[in-house]
Amino acid sequence: MSLATFDLSPLRRADRWHPAELAFWLLPVAAYLVFPDNLVLLTQIAITALFCLSLDLILGYAGIVSLGHAAFFGFGAYAAGLLAANGIGDPLAGLAVAALASAALGFVTSFLVLRGSDLTRLMVTLGIAMMLYEVANKLTDLTGGVDGLQGIEMTPLLGRFSFDLYGKTAYWYAVAVLFLLFWAARRLVHSPFGLSLKGIRLNVARMPAIGAPVNARLSAIYTIGAAYAGIAGALLAQTTQFVALDVLSFNRSAELMLILVLGGSGSLYGAVIGTIVFMSAHHVLSDMNPEYWQFWLGALLVLVVLFARDGVMGSVRRLSHAAGGRRKGER
Amino acid sequence: MDYALQTRNLAKNFGGFTATNNVSLNIEAGARHALIGPNGAGKTTLINLLTGFLEPTAGRVILQGEDVTRLGQHQRVKRGLARTFQINRLFADLTVLESVTMAVNERLGVGARFWKPVGAHHQAVDEAVALLDSLRLLDVAHATTRSLAYGKQRLIEIALALAMKPRVLLLDEPAAGVPTTESRELFESIAALPRDVTILLIEHDMDLVFRFADRISVLVGGALLTHGTPEVIASDPKVREVYLGEAICA
Amino acid sequence: MTVLFDGVASGMLLFLISVGLSVTLGLMNFVNLAHGAFAMVGGYLCVSLLNRVGVPFLAALPLAAVLTALAGVVLERTLYRRLYTATHLDQVLFSIGLVFMSIASAQFLFGAQQQPLTLPDFLRGQISLPGLDMGAYRLFLILLSLVIAFGLQRLVGGTRFGAELRASVDNPRAARGVGINVERVFTLTFALGTALAGLGGALGVEMLGLDPSFPVKYIVYFLIVVAVGGSGNITGSLVASLILGVLDVAGKYYVPQIGAFVIYAVMVVMLIFRPQGLFGRRAAR
Repeated sequence: MSLATFDLSPLRRADRWHPAELAFWLLPVAAYLVFPDNLVLLTQIAITALFCLSLDLILGYAGIVSLGHAAFFGFGAYAAGLLAANGIGDPLAGLAVAALASAALGFVTSFLVLRGSDLTRLMVTLGIAMMLYEVANKLTDLTGGVDGLQGIEMTPLLGRFSFDLYGKTAYWYAVAVLFLLFWAARRLVHSPFGLSLKGIRLNVARMPAIGAPVNARLSAIYTIGAAYAGIAGALLAQTTQFVALDVLSFNRSAELMLILVLGGSGSLYGAVIGTIVFMSAHHVLSDMNPEYWQFWLGALLVLVVLFARDGVMGSVRRLSHAAGGRRKGER
Repeated sequence: MDYALQTRNLAKNFGGFTATNNVSLNIEAGARHALIGPNGAGKTTLINLLTGFLEPTAGRVILQGEDVTRLGQHQRVKRGLARTFQINRLFADLTVLESVTMAVNERLGVGARFWKPVGAHHQAVDEAVALLDSLRLLDVAHATTRSLAYGKQRLIEIALALAMKPRVLLLDEPAAGVPTTESRELFESIAALPRDVTILLIEHDMDLVFRFADRISVLVGGALLTHGTPEVIASDPKVREVYLGEAICA
Repeated sequence: MTVLFDGVASGMLLFLISVGLSVTLGLMNFVNLAHGAFAMVGGYLCVSLLNRVGVPFLAALPLAAVLTALAGVVLERTLYRRLYTATHLDQVLFSIGLVFMSIASAQFLFGAQQQPLTLPDFLRGQISLPGLDMGAYRLFLILLSLVIAFGLQRLVGGTRFGAELRASVDNPRAARGVGINVERVFTLTFALGTALAGLGGALGVEMLGLDPSFPVKYIVYFLIVVAVGGSGNITGSLVASLILGVLDVAGKYYVPQIGAFVIYAVMVVMLIFRPQGLFGRRAAR
């Protein structure tokens, strides 16, 4: 093959939107029309999907393991909640403040987290989240402690759409934020920065030898992931007008990890699909005894680790690969 | 004399074991310099000290007149020092073009751009394509690294280093694990590099070394035994003594 | 003084439970977050044996330990061993799965309430010295733990099994080469770790309480012990447990408003400045 005939299109086309993706983003509209009585649940799904997306950025792309990602979710939730409870009820201002607060926390803690091995990272992230939980638990004057933060009053979105009783505004608000941030994350992972994150995950030892400042890159994505998680937390605080202490809990971090593994990490869509599957299953199954739910959740986690490590997206990829191979008759 | 890379009394201890012992090395600009020595002589450790992969216990590393002893790996790379690894360290799930483009991105300083897609950074992509062309890797450019044979992967290892447009290139047994026919080709591409690139080569195959190098240093037990032109080294009785065993084996 | 004594007692308890985690993590390189679940199993076994079957307390303790170890062996042989070479992340996810299952099962079988435990009379009293009130049970706990710590140290440091274990960990391939059955050594070690967790869980019902949330509530404490003590280090675990026990009891007693915050802060600081632990050598492999 010569330089003149070389086909660059596989690289150039990598960031194009696939028709299946466009169809995927019609799902929120379809869900709105089909389940108009379940908007609260659908809003929760959008928020959790955003939260999971933030974990995918740091774990799926950069390979930073975390058992305490709820720290940023909860920090953002409290930041937005406190802002609104103290008279500044503009939703977008709340998102901005939460994003900045969580990003700052992420930036500072990134230096602690990035020092160690995977095992140290797991324990440091866990420790940081537990510390925040204890702080929120004890600062009852500020956070309401175990009773939760109340008195959150939101002003209308963009000055026009007030948060209604049916949750319509909340739903479209959460979906719009999710889509915008998904779009931004999608740009990010297809950029040179995103490529270098994949490089770090695949072979961290090689990266300095091609001149990449590994820690600076990891610090940056950790901060961005924290900001995303903070915005997700803020959305929860704003749409439910309440912040419960469990936004910071270990269970939330662990569950998030499960959702990402279930959906498949490192594809962005895996995070969203995993959330949809998980939350729907939760909704359907928790009508049964809630203890059963936790049991099957645990069993599922064990099975996924043992047998289906690449999750739903991995299966989709394998299937489409097989189909594509048959079509082209090669590979 | 103009030196590309120097060390001053460089030493490295692991616990009680001295892997590098008081090495003062001078590599002239534009040299084809080979570093030889029996197994366990500390050649790779020395490379790791030069690149900043390891921190020395004592001594200094000087790159083109600048003391870089305290600089990290990526900072030395920015100053023109690139290396290949004895055992491939590649990005298994990336395509060949993606890997090399990523390396070029870093050299051009666009590795942290997070908005425009990789393919829209034309300068980096074009340069990566040209580099793959020069190493005759274009036909596998869109294949994932893991799908290639070891010999081809070895070339990617070198492509990644060349993407740094190095002033000084450290090659740690580049032909290790490559079939003889392919290793000849590989050395042709190395020999074809511009003369102003300084090369330090670690290699076991003495045929290759004496064909390729214009300066040779011999490392034994972590210390520099001797150095000189290939003719001087070939007739040095001390070197013969060290290599007698290996020469028979080979 | 009484605070110190109670702290030592709770530290000893921590030691019993976490030393098994320290062994699996440090020697076998497996991050088993489900370790607390084994302690919980021991606790429930002990309570059931006492209250439903009527086994005396002193007999229920070893029974609980042995039965927990059996459960551990079954899980090790069927599931855990498949993940010895997996990433730490996979091990964590897997063991969190086990934790969830154990919590749900405990809730289903025993309900959400705290389990009552009636101690035999001779362990119930107080021994009062000038300036020091010693609960008989806590004294019993301290003595028993000391015996076990000593025995463990002997087992790992001075027996053939200990030598085989250290060899298996340092270099499994070489160990296999000299005829050591590495799989069997790992299974036995895992059984020993879970037996101690089960015993600790049984002994801990009185002091830590027992309800289905046990595995999550205390896992951080066990991890701290391992982090501070250095994984795979028995003496380190003992000292770390004592420090942690005393700090925790003293903290709750003197500055209750700070609560567990100090403990977590200590762990994070430790991990950052001495990732190999206070007494650690570098982790195996």
